[in-house]
Amino acid sequence: MARIIVVTSGKGGVGKTTTSAAFAMGLAERGFKTVVIDFDVGLRNLDLIMGCERRVVYDFVNVISGEANVGQAMIKDKRNPNLFILPASQTRDKEALSIDGVGRVLDELAKEFEFIVCDSPAGIEKGATMAMYFADDAIVVTNPEVSSVRDSDRMIGILSSKSRRAEQGLEGIREFLLVTRYSPERVQRGEMLALEDVQDILSLDLIGVIPDSPSVLNASNAGVPVILDRESSAGQAYSDMVSRYLGEDLPHRFLTVEKKGLFGRLFRG
Amino acid sequence: MALLDYFRQRKTTGSAAIAKERLQILVAHDRRGGGPSYLPQLKNDLLKVIRKYVAVDNDAVSVNLERDGAQEILELNIVLPD
Repeated sequence: MARIIVVTSGKGGVGKTTTSAAFAMGLAERGFKTVVIDFDVGLRNLDLIMGCERRVVYDFVNVISGEANVGQAMIKDKRNPNLFILPASQTRDKEALSIDGVGRVLDELAKEFEFIVCDSPAGIEKGATMAMYFADDAIVVTNPEVSSVRDSDRMIGILSSKSRRAEQGLEGIREFLLVTRYSPERVQRGEMLALEDVQDILSLDLIGVIPDSPSVLNASNAGVPVILDRESSAGQAYSDMVSRYLGEDLPHRFLTVEKKGLFGRLFRG
Repeated sequence: MALLDYFRQRKTTGSAAIAKERLQILVAHDRRGGGPSYLPQLKNDLLKVIRKYVAVDNDAVSVNLERDGAQEILELNIVLPD
């Protein structure tokens, strides 16, 4: 039976798609058959972050409406044979998603895959609620910034009430906090909420902290999930996060300011 | 040492502390929710009843619902004129 994970946040631009791409690639690299689905109907971007935008023929909405089967719509990743991408429609709107339709597609995928990663759109409208409805686990992506933390708190409330698990009285969705764009330098200067502050407010299990890193933009420029940039702190932090999701107990890294030489320190201020 | 103190001071007076304080208040408020939808109507009806006896302002009555675990506390605060 496949495990369904939703990557959600409420607020836009915090790193949901970056996280979905990295997480799905990480699971595939550990040998798990993984599919990542873009739920942002009308504003698809996962294909771009995954670097397969020119290979999109059919999409998620085509599959729901029966115009294509799921095998025709999925794009096989060229770097990892375990990974498939199901792109969103660019021309339709989110109303094309229905519980029945999405449920049918997920049931079919569950026969073939071990992990189904659902990349949620921002907001709390149809696309976002559909992405979370069938989830077993949720990764709540949060920036250490007031509006992102507030929206994450809202999403946590919605996750616990508007899901299949909640409606059927099953055990609730397992929720994990992923803090992204974290800058230890700015935290040290008192300009940014510290990790402990965010955890204090949201009180969720912390699955990872992704440092603010230029490698994230480089990766998206190139259409390569940042987890494949093994030299970068962000790539390593995503790799750690995948390990923790799979049950390993790893200490969090990149939480403190790297020690700089005297000159670095003098000129930084 | 003066340079170090400068950084220390900024740490305690940085905007992150304000952010945390604002968020704690806001999140607590959001989690309480707006309360049942009849609260504004209840407030209006109370105002009407009180006005039969004393002239009070619109903001003389405040209705607040607090949740504390399984317990709900409906707090009514009526300010009468001197």
